[in-house]
Amino acid sequence: MVTELGHFALILAFMVAIVQMVVPMVGAHKRWSGWMAVAEPAANAQFFLTAFAFGALVWAFVTSDFSLRLVVLNSHSAKPMLYKISGAWGNHEGSMLLWVLIVTLFGAMAAWFGGGLPPSLKARVLAVQSAIAVAFFAFILFTSNPFLRVAVPPFDGQDLNPLLQDPGLAFHPPFLYLGYVGLSMAFSFAVAALIEGRVDAAWARWVRPWTLAAWVFLTIGIALGSWWAYYELGWGGFWFWDPVENASFMPWLLAAALLHSAIVVEKREALKSWTILLAIIAFGFSLVGTFIVRSGLLTSVHAFANDPERGIFILVILAIFVGGALTLFAARAQAMEAKGVFGTVSRESALVVNNILLAVSCFVVFFGTLWPIVAEMGFGRKLSVGAPFFNSAFTPFMVALGIILPLGSMLPWKRGKLGRVTWSLRYAFGLALALALLVWAMQTERSALGPVGLFLGAWITFGAVIDLWSRTGRKGSLRRMMRLPRADWGKAVAHTGLGVTMFAIAGLMAWEVEDIRVARMGEPFEVGGFTLTLEDVQRVQGPNYYSTMGFVKLERNGRQIATLNPEKRDYPVARMPTTEAAIDYRILRDVYVVIGDRQNDGSWTMRTYIKPFANWIWAGSILMALGGALSLSDRRFRVAAGARKTPAKGVPAE
Amino acid sequence: MKRLLVILLLLASPLWAVQPDEVLDDPVLEERARELSKELRCLVCRNESIDESNADLARDLRLLVRERLVAGDSDEEAMAFIVDRYGEYVLLKPTTSGANWFLWLAGPVMLLIAAGVGWGYLRARARAPAGQENAALSEAEKERLRQILDE
Repeated sequence: MVTELGHFALILAFMVAIVQMVVPMVGAHKRWSGWMAVAEPAANAQFFLTAFAFGALVWAFVTSDFSLRLVVLNSHSAKPMLYKISGAWGNHEGSMLLWVLIVTLFGAMAAWFGGGLPPSLKARVLAVQSAIAVAFFAFILFTSNPFLRVAVPPFDGQDLNPLLQDPGLAFHPPFLYLGYVGLSMAFSFAVAALIEGRVDAAWARWVRPWTLAAWVFLTIGIALGSWWAYYELGWGGFWFWDPVENASFMPWLLAAALLHSAIVVEKREALKSWTILLAIIAFGFSLVGTFIVRSGLLTSVHAFANDPERGIFILVILAIFVGGALTLFAARAQAMEAKGVFGTVSRESALVVNNILLAVSCFVVFFGTLWPIVAEMGFGRKLSVGAPFFNSAFTPFMVALGIILPLGSMLPWKRGKLGRVTWSLRYAFGLALALALLVWAMQTERSALGPVGLFLGAWITFGAVIDLWSRTGRKGSLRRMMRLPRADWGKAVAHTGLGVTMFAIAGLMAWEVEDIRVARMGEPFEVGGFTLTLEDVQRVQGPNYYSTMGFVKLERNGRQIATLNPEKRDYPVARMPTTEAAIDYRILRDVYVVIGDRQNDGSWTMRTYIKPFANWIWAGSILMALGGALSLSDRRFRVAAGARKTPAKGVPAE
Repeated sequence: MKRLLVILLLLASPLWAVQPDEVLDDPVLEERARELSKELRCLVCRNESIDESNADLARDLRLLVRERLVAGDSDEEAMAFIVDRYGEYVLLKPTTSGANWFLWLAGPVMLLIAAGVGWGYLRARARAPAGQENAALSEAEKERLRQILDE
């Protein structure tokens, strides 16, 4: 019953979305305020109906309603409650419903918080947002309906893929989708502005919070996924340059570029058409990401044929939205003349360089991800593009970005002197260089990776501190620093986060220690200054799995610091084994232990890694997200309702 | 997220990456073998190197790499030997031969183009007549400003 209501609500939401797509758009064109006003209640209705449909699906999962095909395929009555709930989006149909739910949520939020928007812009934004929703409602209802029943319900389900039964992964898709779909808001604003033929500082001030929010969610989503890969997949990798990962990384890079270029539009009324273009492309990449993940195109060219209907549907959506928006852009871009005048050495220029580096690095990832298909179809060569390529082709852009970041973020608007900025950063540079040299001298390997990473991380971090300090005036005072706008703090925190992550990745890759051996029971062995002893191996039963659990004593300098329990789990229903690494998390390093197979003589294969600074990767990501959130809570966004009323010249250029 | 679905395929076999019995006695050779393994693709997996993969085929390839190194091959010879047998599909880092130049040059060329366009834009901005940005408000804006001030 609830299921049918959910299905019905979904169809109703589809109808409302069609109305919201057409009526306010016509109203805005003809200046009929009654028609424009339809947008707001429609956005609310659409959201609540979709939320109800999604709730019905979750309900079916929670109550283990095995008359629903989706529940049978992805759930089991013995599964823990958290994973029953997360099972609702741990599959294609459910995740698309979550996607469209977030599209309507953002539409409704634009209606709730859009009080200060000019009525015609608001109507157009909501109409464009609704057009996106219409496309995805149609996609769900016609190709991937989650509410299909089975004629003969089985007694129990087939269980969710055990790798997905994990807290990190339960929340990974919602955050990622909030990020992907958040970019749809920037897209809607861009298209609406193109139709209006007007882009100004107020517009940028409107777009930036949405982009910032999307970027924060993407950061959290990607970090969660990477953290999950680290502890779950059993060898402690955190990034694989897999097409599916790249699909989320490309929008992240473009969102980062977009939120920086929107600053230039907001403060200086320049880079307008580029910002519009970037907003369109960033959402385009979200769609490309969905397409890549949903069609299976990149697994292999042939897997695409397995489900051509869905893949082609998303491709058509992509073509219509991005193609349409780009055509509109080509027709209207001339109307966006730049107003701001600035010298070639200025904050504006630095942000242009930031955008060039981010956009081109995204292009490299895009090209590398698609090249195997192009090479196969165009040149008849079957080849692979993997991590080694991306490591060498992508990293230089990030190094360049890290080097210019502190300089660029301190350059004044309009016109600056590079010499003066460099001089004020001399301590940051000296300190970072000294640290890097010290580590270079201390380490035994010849690899430059660690010291370079440390230099960049320290340079960015100290640079952010000096930037913050310099804002408190000539003498600097701690009290004034605390009272700086949150946007300034957000900038410093987010940049520090980037520095921390850069350092951590370099440090982990440079200084990791690995040990592979057959461990005999009770016989201690040394790895990187730690003593490990496999003391026992037991069979343990979990709620929906059996586990082979090792008991490993971890000692340092003769003192026991932890007992680690690496596991091998076997999920009988899903017929799948998983490895559960045991990790001793510490600030400076993780000890990462995996247990393998039993040998004939009763010993066990074991892998042990010492992973320095592993936690710092995610600590840096959290700092980045926190910085974004701080900026988002800045007063000028909270009072943005009045933003449009401020004429452009009144926006201080700091 | 769907990466997992593929990874399960690998986990389906209870083996895992580099086994203790594969490790060579000579640490220098072993180190070279590990480095080469990181650049070779496991043919039955998705986007994983044989160094990370649990699949049987990856193990065979790892053993083959070690065999060649023990036989005295240089890194290049060992790689060439494997590419001869399995095709360039096994290379995670594509060669720079033929059309692959597009791949390797795409980034640098795009950077040059972007830098050129960016520089042109910055020059144009620096030369633009000053005072333009203080252009008068439109009639509608003046009207709105007046309303706001009145409120």
